[in-house]
Amino acid sequence: MSGGDFFGDLRDLYQEVILDHGRKPRNFRRLEDADRTSRGDNPMCGDRMELFLKMTPDGHIADAAFQGRGCAVSMASASLMTETVKGKTPDEAQALGTAFRDLAMTGQCPTCAASLEDAMERLTPLSGVHEFPSRVKCATLAWHTLNAALAGAKEASSE
Amino acid sequence: MSFDVHRIRQDFPILSQPQHGKPLVFLDSGASAQKPRAVIEAMTRCMETAYANVHRGAYRLSEVATDAFEAARGAVARFINAPDAREVVFTRNSTEAINLVAHSWGRGVMRPDQAVLISELEHHANIVPWQMLRDERGNPLRVCRVTDAGELDMEDLAAKLADGKVGLVALAHMSNVLGTVTPVERVVALAHAHGAKVLLDGSQAVVHRRVDVAAIGCDFYCFTGHKLYGPTGIGVLWGKLEHLDRMPPFLGGGDMIESVSFEKSTWAKPPARFEAGTPAIIEAVGLHAAIDYVTAIGMPAIEAHERALVDHAMRKLSDVPGLTLLGRAQDRGGVFAFALDNSHPHDLSTLLDRAGICIRAGRHCAEPLHTRFGLEQGTARASFGLYTTPEEVDYLAGALVKAREFFA
Repeated sequence: MSGGDFFGDLRDLYQEVILDHGRKPRNFRRLEDADRTSRGDNPMCGDRMELFLKMTPDGHIADAAFQGRGCAVSMASASLMTETVKGKTPDEAQALGTAFRDLAMTGQCPTCAASLEDAMERLTPLSGVHEFPSRVKCATLAWHTLNAALAGAKEASSE
Repeated sequence: MSFDVHRIRQDFPILSQPQHGKPLVFLDSGASAQKPRAVIEAMTRCMETAYANVHRGAYRLSEVATDAFEAARGAVARFINAPDAREVVFTRNSTEAINLVAHSWGRGVMRPDQAVLISELEHHANIVPWQMLRDERGNPLRVCRVTDAGELDMEDLAAKLADGKVGLVALAHMSNVLGTVTPVERVVALAHAHGAKVLLDGSQAVVHRRVDVAAIGCDFYCFTGHKLYGPTGIGVLWGKLEHLDRMPPFLGGGDMIESVSFEKSTWAKPPARFEAGTPAIIEAVGLHAAIDYVTAIGMPAIEAHERALVDHAMRKLSDVPGLTLLGRAQDRGGVFAFALDNSHPHDLSTLLDRAGICIRAGRHCAEPLHTRFGLEQGTARASFGLYTTPEEVDYLAGALVKAREFFA
């Protein structure tokens, strides 16, 4: 890997975890038997994703997967999200989304409850995005789409 | 005067402002160009010494401002070789100029059964107003294909004109994505032979080469000031006087009327008819200064500099592994959209920014064109100005190689 110095402090944004998930997004597939699906669009840059959720009978997220196109940040964010929301209730997943948006916009997470700590730790590599205001929406698109899916909406936009 | 790019760069104060501790390499002039000191100072001087509202005051300062405003109109007319300065209408930008034609010619003169013919390489500004016209009045919208090389498909153009039902051809003189310069003289000849008028969007072209509306023979031509090293907020619609005379107003208000009563108002003659309200006076003065600036350097010299730069960039960018250039038109200007195999345009743009390089990422207000080339995710775009150097192109090419390694 080269170019670190040439591109200044960009390792803060493009940490190895982000590059890895950006290149090889996890849960990048359709869930044919999904209970909830929603599309997310970022019309300004053309990022687009479709999110699939499979719920357990008692209302937990049994499986989460996505397909779509976008930059490394949006792909990595969606990939990490699908990993972290599995096993969560919709309320827990939404609380995690709120906390993540704080993290993406400020680099910190004042609203993080202790119960979210493990999940938030996994999402922390994305905190660097707060230094790049024009890129915050890349990181939050997946979470907007998750909110829409949980609310039963078919579409979400990060605009 | 010989063209000395390094001396020219000294005319642009912003070019000596480092970005992220690196020299600024500004390769987004196609979106908006930087401003020379001559423009900045002309606008400041206007506000400090010669400013009042125009066309109204019976006092000297207002007359001075009016003279400056009308002198700008004259400068625009000479710049594009318009036969008559009354044919020059000031607008906010090209978008407004096209909307003006869509409104006043499209709704005011064209019949609803007459089609509008655009092309796949248009900017959204030359697509959406015609869709609005179609949806409101029924005028069919036809779209001329673009070849894989990124050139206008002239056979398709001829085929779509053949039935004589096209009232207006609205076309970019130069693509803001592909850099393609369209063969406007041939388009005009074909269109006129089939009874269609021609509107050319010169937003990109006017920056890169000498434009002569009389020689082109088109009916309308528009461009914007801020891409031509002038200020934002001022654009130009040029139209043949015989057309402008037939067109109803675009916006209603002060300055565009002959007389007003509560029963009826009558319209002023062009260009005043299309310039409702207080115009962009200071910006017109700035545009005049920008035109004087590029004219003093010489459009042929600017074009020659850019031709050499385009050839250089074609070679350099072709050498970057994994890079796909969008469009390879024979006749092209200094706009290069490209995809890098392992890097998304937005990641690339963020990365290059840290190296001091400003490029644009996305679909550049030309979503249908990106769809046409199967690049829905968008492209990165480097666009040149008269201050762009071969060294900057080399630096970009080197940075792209490093970016590809970064994302490997």
